[in-house]
Amino acid sequence: MNGQGSLVIIFGVLIAALVVAGGNIWLERRLLALWQDRYGPNRVGPFGLFQVFADMIKIITKEDWIPPFADKQVFVVAPGIIVVTVLCAYAVIPFAPGIEVSGLDIGILFFLGMSSLGVYSVALGGWSSDNKYALIGGLRAIAQMLGYEVYMGLSVMGVVMIAGSFHLREIVEAQENLWFCIPQCLGLVIFIIAGIAEARRLPFDLPEAESELVAGFHTEYSAMKFGMFFLGEYLGITLISAMIVTLFFGGWMGPWLPPLIWFVLKTFFFIGFFILLRASLPRPRYDQLMAWGWKLMLPLALVNVLVTGGYLLAWG
Amino acid sequence: MWSHLRTIWLVLLHAFRKRETVLYPEVKPDIPPRWRGRIILSRDLDGGERCVACYLCAVACPVACISLQATEDEHGRRYPAFFRINFSRCIFCGYCEEACPTYAIQLTPDFEMGEYARQNLVYEKEDLLISGPGKYPGYNYYKVAGLAIGGKGKGEAEDEAPPVDVKNLLP
Repeated sequence: MNGQGSLVIIFGVLIAALVVAGGNIWLERRLLALWQDRYGPNRVGPFGLFQVFADMIKIITKEDWIPPFADKQVFVVAPGIIVVTVLCAYAVIPFAPGIEVSGLDIGILFFLGMSSLGVYSVALGGWSSDNKYALIGGLRAIAQMLGYEVYMGLSVMGVVMIAGSFHLREIVEAQENLWFCIPQCLGLVIFIIAGIAEARRLPFDLPEAESELVAGFHTEYSAMKFGMFFLGEYLGITLISAMIVTLFFGGWMGPWLPPLIWFVLKTFFFIGFFILLRASLPRPRYDQLMAWGWKLMLPLALVNVLVTGGYLLAWG
Repeated sequence: MWSHLRTIWLVLLHAFRKRETVLYPEVKPDIPPRWRGRIILSRDLDGGERCVACYLCAVACPVACISLQATEDEHGRRYPAFFRINFSRCIFCGYCEEACPTYAIQLTPDFEMGEYARQNLVYEKEDLLISGPGKYPGYNYYKVAGLAIGGKGKGEAEDEAPPVDVKNLLP
């Protein structure tokens, strides 16, 4: 890759990711409204699109308050961690042929590692707030991450086995004839569920469960520090959607339209799906969440790995 | 699990339902005539003020937002010298309307009273008075009351017999 072109791609991906994350605020509010028989924000600008700017101005100009009892350094650093780690994970996604920041050979492992690191943000944020609700939220985030990260990794192993590579571009190219959502449908379901838990989205938003924990790990956060957590969350949704598309739905592949358009369309389909889940499903109890993760999803993921491996050994 | 999937599907179908939202500034909401909104002072059909400045509304007001001063004109008719309602305090409970013996003070189905300056919410008598009788067109207090005022003596009101001469035994 030549230096200048890659710089353009790096900044293009950065800016696109942040713009999409900001646009998700609007998209989520409009879609939630659509499914709740409302209109959502439709006043500011065409279709209420400038609501994004209004929200940004509001959240940047709000009072940024650090509680006197908080552990100040950690408190300030925590919101940044999630944004940085999630943005790092965008580096390995192949958006279209030739449009990727880094063609890492261990792309999937890098993605898993970066998305796991993101939990430090939540845990440290909850710890440094010195607030019992924030701490419980942080603890829940850690337990949830431990439980769900395990089978998130296992669920993509089937894909890796079929494609024979950890390199995301090679995985996409291996889906030339058949998207992996058909042979790996169990892996897809498990990956989607783990992905929601990873992005701490409803129905798995136990770390911030408003009805029981005030606002969970970000109880004490205000203004742009709070905004960073939400930026991280929206970046996370986009990242998980992009990963679902890359791993199971043939990435940029598709007829007629240019590859990048296909990738964006598929990604937004899954972002919309995440928002639909938020609109429809209630939050499970905490022990249900953990039992569901360890007793059901983990064995299912192992069975998926076993069956896929056995099939590939026998007929592959 | 099945019920979860069904829930997701049913919520998705809500995308095609009719919207519940009333797009307010363009579409006005349908407000019933007894809605308790902006307070007005009404007039008789012949144009006189109905308010007799009895202070009952000011007494009934739970937030003490009504203030007035009674005075009399040359016919002996009571009326308020000033009548002031502070709408930044008013809770639109309607007690003043219930207390009013002459149907003078009435609540109307108007709620669009937004102001930028708080002082603009203090309405004086000329802001409150309307030209008509409001919700009760057929009522004129001085025409049914037994009170003697200029131009109408005792016993000259509607449905009223002339006063009895208590010093006379004749039927």
